Amino acid sequence: MTEPLIYELGSPGRRGIAMPDPDVPLADLPADLVRDDLDLPQVSELDVVRHYTHLSHLNFGIDNNFYPLGSCTMKYNPKLNEDIARLPGFAGLHPAQPAAMTQGALEVVHTVQEWLAELAGFEAVSLQPAAGAQGEFAGILMIRKYHHDRGDTKRTKVLIPDSAHGTNPATVVMAGLDVVELPSDERGNVDLDALREACDDTVAGLMITNPNTLGLFEEHIVEVVELIHGCGGLVYGDGANFNALLGIVRPGDLGFDVMHYNLHKTFSTPHGGGGPGAGAVGVSERLVPYLPGPMAAIVDEDDDGRPIYGLHTPEKTIGRMKAFQGNFGMHVRALAYMLVYGREGLRQVSEMAVLNANYLMARLRDTYHVAFDRICMHEFVIEGKVEGSDVRALDISKRLIDFGFHPPTNYFPLIVHEALMIEPTETESRETLDAFADVMIQIAHEAVEQPELLHNAPHTAPVARLDEVRAARNLMLCCRPIPAPEVYVQPQASAT
Amino acid sequence: MSYLPHTKGDIAAMLETIGVGSVENLFEDVPETHRFPDLDLPAGLSQMEAARMMERIADRNAPASKMPTFLGAGAYNHFVPAVVNHVILRGEFMSSYTPYQPEVSQGTLQAIYEYQSMIAALTGMEVANASHYDGATSLAEAVNMAESITRGRRKKIVLSPAIHPQYRAVVRTYTQGMGLTVTGDETGHTDDRASLIAQIDDDTAMVAVAYPNFFGQIESPADVIAAAQRAGAVACVVTEPVSLGLLKPPGWMGADIVVGEGQGLGISLSYGGPYLGFFATREKHVRKLAGRLVGETVDVNGDPGYVLTLATREQHIRREKATSNICTNQGLMALAASVYLSVMGKHGLRRVAELCYHKAHYAADQIDGLAGFSVDRSQPFFNEFAVTLPRPAAEVNTHLADRGIIGGYDLSQDYPERENQMLIAVTEVNTRQEIDDLVSALSEVSA
Repeated sequence: MTEPLIYELGSPGRRGIAMPDPDVPLADLPADLVRDDLDLPQVSELDVVRHYTHLSHLNFGIDNNFYPLGSCTMKYNPKLNEDIARLPGFAGLHPAQPAAMTQGALEVVHTVQEWLAELAGFEAVSLQPAAGAQGEFAGILMIRKYHHDRGDTKRTKVLIPDSAHGTNPATVVMAGLDVVELPSDERGNVDLDALREACDDTVAGLMITNPNTLGLFEEHIVEVVELIHGCGGLVYGDGANFNALLGIVRPGDLGFDVMHYNLHKTFSTPHGGGGPGAGAVGVSERLVPYLPGPMAAIVDEDDDGRPIYGLHTPEKTIGRMKAFQGNFGMHVRALAYMLVYGREGLRQVSEMAVLNANYLMARLRDTYHVAFDRICMHEFVIEGKVEGSDVRALDISKRLIDFGFHPPTNYFPLIVHEALMIEPTETESRETLDAFADVMIQIAHEAVEQPELLHNAPHTAPVARLDEVRAARNLMLCCRPIPAPEVYVQPQASAT
Repeated sequence: MSYLPHTKGDIAAMLETIGVGSVENLFEDVPETHRFPDLDLPAGLSQMEAARMMERIADRNAPASKMPTFLGAGAYNHFVPAVVNHVILRGEFMSSYTPYQPEVSQGTLQAIYEYQSMIAALTGMEVANASHYDGATSLAEAVNMAESITRGRRKKIVLSPAIHPQYRAVVRTYTQGMGLTVTGDETGHTDDRASLIAQIDDDTAMVAVAYPNFFGQIESPADVIAAAQRAGAVACVVTEPVSLGLLKPPGWMGADIVVGEGQGLGISLSYGGPYLGFFATREKHVRKLAGRLVGETVDVNGDPGYVLTLATREQHIRREKATSNICTNQGLMALAASVYLSVMGKHGLRRVAELCYHKAHYAADQIDGLAGFSVDRSQPFFNEFAVTLPRPAAEVNTHLADRGIIGGYDLSQDYPERENQMLIAVTEVNTRQEIDDLVSALSEVSA
């Protein structure tokens, strides 16, 4: 079941959409700069609609079925939010319009800043970062600048537990700091002795994901924060797993200095096949002057006492993370989401997310080995192995596809052998969880009785297992011939 | 609650299976003193009430899409064919994640592969990645890549002052811990090629110019590209994709990296995001490229299919050795651009670019004829041009707003020496009548 490439459809000279004739006199084109060829498809509008409809049939989203991809919080993306983000008052607003014309947009940004700060117990929040990884980068740059401004330039080390997302160490290196990895203890917490050992006056801070990527709440979180603060470091919280904490506990109350929020996880903005995300960043009081800007602020009030909003950049800012004001369309969706739930509802989101994860873990515990078997938060990790069978986590994942489920996250966290990381989210019903658990148990039986069923899975997907080694070795990244440039200027020496 | 399916019966049965007495018992690892804080937030609303509230907030904006608009400066009010929105709203695309499981993600993967191909064709390059956050972060990632291509031995980044000021600011944010010097744009405010080339030396890792530049001017970047490469530096061109419907692409002029903002390709203005950073380069540099890449391969039956490839460059595998920390890209926006480029196609994009060009030149001619106004014609321009006004741009814009027109970008915000200068953008959606109304309103200022 394959779909031709868009370039293979259509016919030379076919046009997709008509544009009007010019209603102004024609100007001379700059002849030496005009291109003589543009290699784009030549298809009709219906060709386009059918092509992308066919492609959509080869894809799997939350709207298709259960998507327990651990650490990604694949919850339902409310349709209401899509409609609201497309209101002309939001979608048609130019980012450089003056504040007098954008009071509604600034109100959205300001309100989301305030809600996020309240939910996590922070002094202020900036919505500049475009994604979680950028929120992390902003956080680490703030920690670095905070120390530098105090003349404390010897703090170059950032401590990171071995269960962390790969973005954490990559972020630290981008900020010009050094990574020191911390081991986990036998209950899945940060090893306190190792932490104590690592704490000295060269520590810029700690990056910690809590609940961690094993889905476990750090049992010594208060001691961990005290140790870092005790040696002069700051605590960065990776908010990837904030879906477990709404109304449960505020990282700011635990002493965290900075945390990013993934609006595309916790606050339901769609993942879109890999973005756009939005990675707001919140801070405690001492880091407020360093936040990335511009942010929305109340600058005045009108005659009726209503706030007048404007843009504001903090005095010692690390700078801007992207052009303009952040991924505003995602802020609109997140606000619509939070308004619907409100104070009580947001706590229920986390409660039901944690209930669902523990229920699923309880249903699977007798069949699969749970990596760290204690009450989990919003996700848990099992080992993708079955006694008496040679199947691997990947085989189990691929077999799930045959039953209409998206596989869990494979082989992460790295510290669990054959990890399968399962995050059901709160929007899944008990029936869906039961159906998934039943299939997982059936697959465990198949693994012993008919292991080839798993080794060769999936059997019902549009394609069978793909040759990833070939893809990397024999690179095919573009379906078009490499252009033969007519005005190519031959350099005398190419880049090294 | 709107999106939660749990009945009381479900909750009781599930707690029993888990073996705890209450939902609260699931949170005993959380320090008790901080557990279940009182949140100062309002109660939830029905969807109907929430929609009404958000509509009221939206009504407090005066959107550019609803008024005659001449504001550009990196974000443009272009026509978006209806088909774009209908495709990206399909749940199979919108509610999926990064295609880590290729067997159930061929839709996303093939769409990205086609996007990479179309961006390569548009820019005249060999390889494009699956996207970055926006044009500014694409440029910052180009710096990262150039640093890696030159093996960290070169410490100087030369930026033309005619690159978007916010892009240059983002480069400085990204590089603040990297020990690089970002230079070339501190003095001068024009695209002075000779002075830019004079700053390239054997410590230069990358040189970047814009084509069209921030002021809308189009001058071939070939001289800078050649000078950069002679010095062993990476040559990067920041471009604008709609202009490439008409103009020779930077790839034909030898660029090593071509980046830019893809918002003009079917993506709504949306007050600055989400947009689309495109990134194209040469095949020889692909292993230094940040961000996701889709490659063609075959499945075990020999049938064609697509996968994420060269993942060993990326943070989830390489961790601290990765080129960048980028994880999520702008997948759905790349899909929107693909649909746009498909439905516009070879002929439509050229037509859009020509309409922008002709209308902008008509507007420039009319404005240049007004007493007290002068258009910068020192270089050819595409759809945007700088005008010197008889009064400060902010004042002129206030006057235009009173006439129901959104004026241009006040250049003195970023270039203090350009007082009384405005950057005016014209696109295919601006009618001759709108342009005549703009000119008429401006003539009232000059009087």
